[in-house]
Amino acid sequence: MGNRIQTIIVALVFIGLAFVPLLAEATDTPFYLDLARRLMILSIGALSLNLIMGYGGLISFGHAAYIGIGAYTVGICAEHELVSGFIQWPLAILVSGLFAVVFGAISLRTRGVYFIMITLALAQMMYFLGVSLDRYGGDDGLPLIERSYFNDLIDISDDLTLYYVIFLSLALCLLFSQRLVNSRFGMVIQGARSNEGRMKAIGFPTFRYQLTAFVIAGMMAGFAGALLANHTDFINPDMMHWTRSGDLIIMVLLGGMGSLAGPVIGALVFLLLEELLSGITEYWQLIFGPFLVLAVLFARGGLLGFFSEKERENG
Amino acid sequence: MADPLMEVRGLRKSFGGVVATDNLDLSVETGSIHAIIGPNGAGKTTLINQLSGMLASDSGAVRFAGRDITRLPTPVRARSGLARTFQITSIFHEFTALENVALAVQANDGHSFRFWRSARTETRLTEPALAALETVGLAGRADVMARLMSHGEHRQLEIAMALATEPRMLLLDEPMAGMGPDESRRMVDILSRLKGDQTILLIEHDMDAVFALADRITVLVYGREIATGTPDEIRANEEVRTAYLGDEAEAV
Amino acid sequence: MIDGALLFEQLFNGLQLGLLLFLLAAGLTLVFGIMDMMNLAHGSLYMMGAYVAAQVTLWTGSFILGVAVSLPVILLLGVILEASVLRPLYARGHLDQVLATFGMILFFNEFVRLVWGPDGIEVPLPAFLKGNVVLFDIPLPNYRLVVIGVGLLVALLIYLLVTRTRTGMLIRAGASNREMVQALGIDINRVFTLVFGIGAALAALAGALAGPILAVTIGMGEHILIQVLVVIVIGGIGSIRGAFVGAMLIGIMDILGRSFLDTFFKLFLPDNAAETAAPAVASMLIYILMAGVLFFRPQGLFPAKTG
Repeated sequence: MGNRIQTIIVALVFIGLAFVPLLAEATDTPFYLDLARRLMILSIGALSLNLIMGYGGLISFGHAAYIGIGAYTVGICAEHELVSGFIQWPLAILVSGLFAVVFGAISLRTRGVYFIMITLALAQMMYFLGVSLDRYGGDDGLPLIERSYFNDLIDISDDLTLYYVIFLSLALCLLFSQRLVNSRFGMVIQGARSNEGRMKAIGFPTFRYQLTAFVIAGMMAGFAGALLANHTDFINPDMMHWTRSGDLIIMVLLGGMGSLAGPVIGALVFLLLEELLSGITEYWQLIFGPFLVLAVLFARGGLLGFFSEKERENG
Repeated sequence: MADPLMEVRGLRKSFGGVVATDNLDLSVETGSIHAIIGPNGAGKTTLINQLSGMLASDSGAVRFAGRDITRLPTPVRARSGLARTFQITSIFHEFTALENVALAVQANDGHSFRFWRSARTETRLTEPALAALETVGLAGRADVMARLMSHGEHRQLEIAMALATEPRMLLLDEPMAGMGPDESRRMVDILSRLKGDQTILLIEHDMDAVFALADRITVLVYGREIATGTPDEIRANEEVRTAYLGDEAEAV
Repeated sequence: MIDGALLFEQLFNGLQLGLLLFLLAAGLTLVFGIMDMMNLAHGSLYMMGAYVAAQVTLWTGSFILGVAVSLPVILLLGVILEASVLRPLYARGHLDQVLATFGMILFFNEFVRLVWGPDGIEVPLPAFLKGNVVLFDIPLPNYRLVVIGVGLLVALLIYLLVTRTRTGMLIRAGASNREMVQALGIDINRVFTLVFGIGAALAALAGALAGPILAVTIGMGEHILIQVLVVIVIGGIGSIRGAFVGAMLIGIMDILGRSFLDTFFKLFLPDNAAETAAPAVASMLIYILMAGVLFFRPQGLFPAKTG
């Protein structure tokens, strides 16, 4: 599926998303508003992972931790009566960035199987940390007292307004990602995935660039977390559980790695599958699990990637 | 006489019980082509790996442009002007030829912490890249994905990438590996045109090429230097003839 | 200050946890090392081993029978999985392996939920192992002694297998340089199946033994898997010795940390702060250890790979 088709699909998805609130209102099913918001937030999460995994070749199995960190930053601020979104959201981005620097510095010294395991372990450590913080809800989670306050500029305690704020955020993140992957920095990241030895031989100190990419991805995920906290009005260590990281990887892979539209489409397919299957049976993972296995074994490069492989061969 | 651009003193490297580099001394004069020849397993690639920083030597020192680079990591050596090509082609397969070389140009053009402007259309990168491709004769294939190019073109691409970093010295590891006679001749052409402007350390098996290009030749056997001299001196050297050249020497 | 008896007791518990971790780590590190395969479903085999053992114990009233049955059952399950689903994955990249085994985890968790319900199984301590042995006035539960005993015995057997038999030599060679072993004309698939089978049996044993002392629930596999991964990272992929050392370190550190960190913190922090911080830091302790080891040796303490 060439770039053109991907762009069209994403454009369609965006148009659809723009109209979902109206449709939800008309049919009086606020559920779809909720679902669409979740889709957009997950898309941002998947998009951020795609930066380091799809383009950078770094399989991080701990990416959901940064979403959780962003969410907790907002929640903890609210607990301490710091409700200004102007402070909370940049802080969420900053804090997740800081964690990403530390975790990245540790993990990026390794490769392959080690890297996957370490990112997994570090993220799970965050999960346990969240569970043990009784002050902030621990296992039960932390309700968000009130949504982020932006003075009188925007009122996101209104569900519809929040929807469009998230919508806009997704668009901005897509734009930023597009510029990033084609920039000089993006070239280095892709080159390092393609042939790290070669990169060093021509003079790139790859570690610092990969760490930076890791941090950027972490910050974007932290931003998604801030949005998530406002969306669910509730912050929970589960957000950082390693299975959430697995979900993100699935989304990126389903949509086809190394493309910008992929994560959005992957998130869409993932959510639809989840909704569809859980509608059929309570034990939907009994079907989803083997489906995933089969998809990995037989559909190379994800659903979209399957087609894009053919395209590249011809062009 | 000016100082040699590269000076190697007492370089040693062993892997377990196998001595790959045995107390090697080497000097490469600026603007010259210095060839290293020797039978397989002589430790030639291991030598280049040590010179480029990919492999840490056990002992010894390497001086480049008056500076001790023995402990420096590969990217730092590359930025100071030491470029290399790989015996087993090492390029970016999913990028086009132009993009491959543009990356090399980019490596040499300050830092790459630029997140917004598109690098694909940056003439500051693409123009020098195209020039490097011209030098090796690949200008017409600039937009072809590297994966789809022939083996010979890959070897040319390797040279282009090395040149694009504006090096002071090239470490070429069997640039003609796997090439047919026409392609080899073309490569010899390219390399002889570089002579004088570039300093080159050349590892090669193709004796015609070596004797046509080299100003000095070092013969390596089991990691040890057994002879160094001009092509004529090497041709005439008894030890070399028995160890390596055999009847070929007569024919050359 | 620190109760000597408590310290000894917790060291004992740490030793026991360490041996359980070793049983899991030994199989998994070989899979990582020889097949270069990210098998996340190893925890599921552990879980299935625990459930099968628990169910058989409940049916027959005999814990020994429960353990004895779960071993071959899970071994068979493991071999079938390996031959059908996992073998095509060896050639694939790690991402594919991660995703496929992740899918397997989802399946097994849900399968267990379907068959046994969400609440888990309570496995009673076998009657003949109830009670304690008293050493230096400290009661040491019989059952845990048995677990330690079995763990050490298995560790010894593995050591003998790996260092004294031809099979073991093949395994070590495979962990060190897979391509070389293949080049020598040995059917590498047989080695793979064997390694995987051994790993599955060890996981089942660990699960069966863990039943009465840890909880037999859904997700127990993943919970312990993370710790096992830390053990492997610290010990070095492909190394049994590393798995043993790592498991002991992690087991003991984890238990001691949870028991004594608050006491330690109270030495220099106000009581309140110590009591809030201690559980949080205790849960992070093994990861901090991992980070520390990696900082100095990114390949782990005893990396096996030479080729």
